[in-house]
Amino acid sequence: MSVSNLLENWSKFRHTHPVDDKGHPDWEAYPSDIKWAMSIDLDACTGCNACSVACYAENNLPVVGKEKYSHGQAMHWMRIERYWDETAGVGEFSADQGARFLPMMCQQCEAAPCETVCPVGATNHTEDGLNSQIYNRCIGSRYCSANCPYKVRYFNWYNYPEQENAWPSPLNQQLNPDLTVRTKGVMEKCTFCKQRTYTARNNAKTEGRPVQDSDVQTACQEACPVGAITFGNLFNPESQVAKQWQSQQVELTKEVQDKDEKEGNRLRGYRILEELRPYPSVMYLERVRESAV
Amino acid sequence: MGKDIREDIAWAQINKDVLKSLESPRKLYWVILLVAIAMVGVAVGCEIYQYNVGLGVGNFDNPNVWGLYIATFIFWIGMSHSGTLLSAILHLMHADWRKPIYRFAEAMTTFSLMTAGLFVMVHLGRLWQVYYALPYPSERWVWPNFQSPLLWDAMAIFTYLSSSVLFLYIGSIPDLAICRDNIHQGWRKKLYTLLALGWEGTDRQWRNFRITYLTIACFLIPLAVSVHSIVASDFAMSQQPGWHVTSFPPYFVAGALYSGCAAIITLFIILRYVFRFEEYMTLPILRKTVRLTFAIAMVWTYLNCIEFAATWYSHDEAAKAVLIEKATGRFAPFFWGMIFCGSVVPFALMVKKWQTSIPVMFAVSLLLNLGMWLERWMIVAPTFSHGYYPWTWDEHMWPSMVQWGIVFGSFGWFTLLFMVFCKVVPSVSMYEVKEMVYHRSLAKKKEEQAVKEELAVKGAN
Repeated sequence: MSVSNLLENWSKFRHTHPVDDKGHPDWEAYPSDIKWAMSIDLDACTGCNACSVACYAENNLPVVGKEKYSHGQAMHWMRIERYWDETAGVGEFSADQGARFLPMMCQQCEAAPCETVCPVGATNHTEDGLNSQIYNRCIGSRYCSANCPYKVRYFNWYNYPEQENAWPSPLNQQLNPDLTVRTKGVMEKCTFCKQRTYTARNNAKTEGRPVQDSDVQTACQEACPVGAITFGNLFNPESQVAKQWQSQQVELTKEVQDKDEKEGNRLRGYRILEELRPYPSVMYLERVRESAV
Repeated sequence: MGKDIREDIAWAQINKDVLKSLESPRKLYWVILLVAIAMVGVAVGCEIYQYNVGLGVGNFDNPNVWGLYIATFIFWIGMSHSGTLLSAILHLMHADWRKPIYRFAEAMTTFSLMTAGLFVMVHLGRLWQVYYALPYPSERWVWPNFQSPLLWDAMAIFTYLSSSVLFLYIGSIPDLAICRDNIHQGWRKKLYTLLALGWEGTDRQWRNFRITYLTIACFLIPLAVSVHSIVASDFAMSQQPGWHVTSFPPYFVAGALYSGCAAIITLFIILRYVFRFEEYMTLPILRKTVRLTFAIAMVWTYLNCIEFAATWYSHDEAAKAVLIEKATGRFAPFFWGMIFCGSVVPFALMVKKWQTSIPVMFAVSLLLNLGMWLERWMIVAPTFSHGYYPWTWDEHMWPSMVQWGIVFGSFGWFTLLFMVFCKVVPSVSMYEVKEMVYHRSLAKKKEEQAVKEELAVKGAN
């Protein structure tokens, strides 16, 4: 790379803000016709953890054991968060309504706080709208994790495959051959099952047609017994995820969703920590209760 | 108040006294050296263990990904600032009193930067790939990410370190020549001959020397300000609550000068005793340094208040929560310790009687340094354990002995480098002390002359 090359292709090297040049639904400047997105219906979620387990199996996640888990060193790319309603005062919680569950994974932000801060560019944006993590390139500065508002990036604190024996035999036989086993000192995170979307994209390309919902499912989506998770191409108006986003009046490039006032009360779609403007690609559908608390 | 440097001290005496420090320091020197080596040993052991097993042994967890390493990194970067302050800024301001003490302050700059650099390495998950952060030519056109404040950091530190080393070295050339001329054989002779670059003290050499020295001094001042501003950017450019603060760069620079000045007082007292520099590192100089430290302490306190007020009156609920957590949560003892050591203890510096009391100043300067280390710890830790996302709030994470060991050892590493330096290179600038003595005796003579003339005029009348 020469300086002249750098100057000539300046716009290419410079990330523009997603809102500046990609006005939904035109997305003229977007490099590809795919933007993977997800929506999760919290009303359906029962907190069964099947998604989390499927994610472990699909993505070769090391099982760290009780002790390290209690030290906060778990490697789950997808975690089920549990919240209780607060009733009387601070610290008192009611079990009457049951817990709320919130499956949390990388939100695949369009303006990702993690991408700008990595000193070596190990995390960057793919053409299909994901935050990718290049394991080989990562030097383990952990700045991405420090700047992630959702804290969904997981660092390999130990050398799991060798020293920590995360997959004692014969569990090592069930490791997924489609992706790597990460080693110590590397940051990793949910990839929206990159290995699956990649295959789906290639198949669709070979057959000369756009990617459809039937082409790909993420592991968590596949495992969810109640079908709470919807995944697909947000740019394909026929996809279920695009329909959901549209029906909930949630737009990717809007920081504050200006929802129709009449419909507003009935709409359930929201994204977490939108006010920080990372433009996350995961929409949650609020839980509806029989009696409002 | 103690005596200042004698105006009538002979130049040969200055040479003799300073060169003696290279040969026969007090026994305490060897004790300090051994302790420092032992401390480095602890750190090396911890680092090897961590390198082999992984960073998990430091007891990090998911929200708390940076720990003591980054806090101590900022501490060491900060400590490097007063060397530049004393030598470059006071040099441009023609402040005479800096002359006997600026050399060791510059050495402090260099060695604390080197220590800080080590922390960058120690904290990396894949130390062996650290060169990825350098913009080296690669056939794959893979470059570092110039958007990342960490990269600016690496470059700023590298620039500051190389400039500081150059400044320290150039300023020492005339003294290295004196060393060369006073030693007749051995490795020292070879070393000084090499380092003195054939200095003979001709007019032309002095002229070029002055210009070069002044140029680098001018170059170094904005660099010193920028380097800690950029370290502040590591935090301020991120969006985490408690870090996303506009006043961070000046706050960091003030904090840096503050901890640097406090360290100068500590080292002043140690060097003065260990290398028998009582004649040169005089109490009036200590008093001036102490006053400078107090002024900077007040600037730091002010900026601290600004930061708290800005957070308190803002609409940033998360940042406010972090501030409350700092003041009332499990970090409260450290937070209030920081306020006490950083903003209350400095008032002891204003007591005239204590300003020249060696034991009091030693204790106070150590407390100030502790306060400044706590400040860095309070910047780094609470934001992690009380960030935006309540699910990740972590009340229990505490650094393990591996982290503490490496931090502990870094002080030994710094001391080791510093002590070896003072034994090899004259830590009091001989030629500048001579200048100072000369100017002072000249001024005294003029004064006497004036008095005489006045008397003569009176007598004539």
